[in-house]
Amino acid sequence: MLRRALLSPPVLISLIVVLAASTLPLYVSGYVLGLLTVAYYFGVFSMAWDLLFGFANEVNFGPSFLIGLGAYTAGILDNLYQPPIVVCVAAGVLAAMTGGVVLALPALRVRGPYFGLTTLVAVLMLQNFVVVAAGLTGGEIGLTVPDVISIDDRVNYWIALGFMAVSGAILYGLSRSPVGLILQASGQDPVQAAALGFNVTKHKLAAFVVSALFSGLAGALMVFYLGAASVGTFIDVTVGVQVIVGAVLGGRRTILGGVLGAVFLVAFGETLRPLGDLATFIVSAVALAVVLFFPGGLLGMVKGAREAT
Amino acid sequence: MSAAAAKLEVEDLFKRFGGLTAVRGVSFSIKAGEILGLIGPNGSGKSTVMKSILGVERPDGGSVRVDGIEVAGWPPHRIARVGVGMVFQHSRPLHRQTVLENIVFGLLPDRLLGFLPGAAVDARARAIAERVGLSAVLDRRPATLPFADLRKIEIAKAIARNPKVVLIDEPFAGLTARETASVAMLIAEMRNDGRAVLIVDHNVKGISALVDRIYAMHVGERIAEGTVQEVMENESVRRVYLGGALETAARPETAFRDVATPFLDIKNLSVVYDKAQALENVSLHVHQGEFVAIVGLNGAGKTTLFNAVSGLVPYAGDIRRQGQSLRGRTAAMIAREGIVQSPEGRELFGAMTVRENLDMGGHSLKERDRSERREWLFDLFPILMERQTQTAATLSGGEQQMLTIARALMMKPDLLILDEPTLGLAPLIMEQISKALERLRRATEITVLLGEQNVTFALPHADRVYVLERARIVWEGGPGRFAKEAGARYL
Repeated sequence: MLRRALLSPPVLISLIVVLAASTLPLYVSGYVLGLLTVAYYFGVFSMAWDLLFGFANEVNFGPSFLIGLGAYTAGILDNLYQPPIVVCVAAGVLAAMTGGVVLALPALRVRGPYFGLTTLVAVLMLQNFVVVAAGLTGGEIGLTVPDVISIDDRVNYWIALGFMAVSGAILYGLSRSPVGLILQASGQDPVQAAALGFNVTKHKLAAFVVSALFSGLAGALMVFYLGAASVGTFIDVTVGVQVIVGAVLGGRRTILGGVLGAVFLVAFGETLRPLGDLATFIVSAVALAVVLFFPGGLLGMVKGAREAT
Repeated sequence: MSAAAAKLEVEDLFKRFGGLTAVRGVSFSIKAGEILGLIGPNGSGKSTVMKSILGVERPDGGSVRVDGIEVAGWPPHRIARVGVGMVFQHSRPLHRQTVLENIVFGLLPDRLLGFLPGAAVDARARAIAERVGLSAVLDRRPATLPFADLRKIEIAKAIARNPKVVLIDEPFAGLTARETASVAMLIAEMRNDGRAVLIVDHNVKGISALVDRIYAMHVGERIAEGTVQEVMENESVRRVYLGGALETAARPETAFRDVATPFLDIKNLSVVYDKAQALENVSLHVHQGEFVAIVGLNGAGKTTLFNAVSGLVPYAGDIRRQGQSLRGRTAAMIAREGIVQSPEGRELFGAMTVRENLDMGGHSLKERDRSERREWLFDLFPILMERQTQTAATLSGGEQQMLTIARALMMKPDLLILDEPTLGLAPLIMEQISKALERLRRATEITVLLGEQNVTFALPHADRVYVLERARIVWEGGPGRFAKEAGARYL
């Protein structure tokens, strides 16, 4: 199962795309590289979210809770004690994973819409905490971190690309592996999965932890790229919405679609920037149209076209 | 352990849902290589027994032992690992995976770090597929397969871990005769393999050739146990399934004014869902003022028939109301024009009060009409008056059913469709609803089309009876002739 997945067309195509993308710094401007760097981090957010939505069948409205925990923990630690960046990032990941468990344990007990609401409330609580504890977090103004990974646009770009590629490979491999299969079955029909001897709660909790790991890691790395953390870039509900739209736009249950969706959102938004506020509206409208008419998302469209020919 | 030892022992099992005792003191045991049929009408508690064994429901009392190990109260995945396999009636396979991958899934270990399936797993999955007759479709996706193959996937997954006990929920529902035979063969093989098999079904008929013994339930309790022959001859079973000595008040068809053009006339109605034929060439009619009962087991097609009349599902054939075709009319139009359904699922507005629910039904009436109508319904169902300010969700099952009927009656229907009004109700409540229907029939001009699997409830009111079986009308006649002519179909 896994060996076939590793040599399948999606993997080969992704590999070619990543290789091509790694040559971009040779011929595009630093500005474009900056945009793509952020897009790649958002791609990881969306992929991590798709593991929960597409496979565990749990709608997590709070991806930015996990992202924010990772980003702010890393940022605050650096701000206070300036340990090596690796330590800060590791602390961010740990915080996100802990947050993921704390969020998932009670949330997995409630069913249906309440699960989503719980995750949403978590975001609002974190956001309020950041604002209230301004002395520690920088509050509404934001947090400036003294260290950055690199000041070279190209290095930052390559780090983001490499990180996204590795994350994508792990998450995709996971989703196609036997544990991915069990997770998918647990999401689709928990009663049957349990009747076959699978501990559904265990698998869903693990999915939450993995999702939190990648969300927190991407969040922490992004802080050291931007050199700053603010509620608006990491925690706000609109950030979560962008992550979700990216994943759904790219294609549910595809993992890799998350990158496609995130890059599309950033690129499209940037192209339309001269239109001002109208740009956001058009991007949202296009995203809505894709979701309504092509529920399979962008990758679903590609697949459909391939099967039709 | 000797071969005769019981693999599954259920002892004095109790399960309550709020005030309702769904299972009351059920005990049975199944030996290795034995097939027990657990039968009972809807609401008899047989599914709850199965879910309690599986661990999906936690029993309130009693014991469930698998191969001697007490498992009552355990979570389902642990019970599964002790050796219980389940064949679900409604299969929901992994649609993006192939048949082979679906079977492999049933064989995977429950580990978080299982990233590579072994070659042994693959070989075993192929062997199981070979056994259940899926070898030819290993690389197909479930969505492209016929119904019977989907059930075989379920069977393959259930036996994948070599369970000692297999629970099978309505194995033949929706299958053709040929498919039934092949699935029956697979179940017989489970017996030969020394597994203890529990088949849960509605009646004896469908499983009589396969089972060694039958355990019959009614309203949560055992009513009979023994061989197929013994159970079919059992007086309690006959009473539950066929009704006892009946007093019918049937009026002859010629007594109705619209003999030539019946109020409701259905011709050659067919409905197909996805892969299952839900109705096939059904023709029937209902006269103005007549009380017609459609009798049939779960899955026979009653609800589909009513939904077609109400304009809720697409159909082939013709449905006419007073000579006018209903085709092209929306569900809302059909309801406004007087064909009103009291649905099986009740579909009350749970957060609204009893009174608000009634007013929703009478929303198109003028204020005076509405309060008059409401008073009349309170007279018909006095308990609803007492409960006026309570929200519908807090009512008992029986009260909810009364409210559902009353809400439908608020719309002043010409034709009232009642879908399984006795589902899950205690005998005493059935009696109350039965009395209300009797009054309705005597005091008003209303036409009623009743769908029931509870024959005892349906027959006393009916002027005429249709028996619906596997999507087709198989019998039509007066209630007096039912037990003699159609009874055997029904056991």
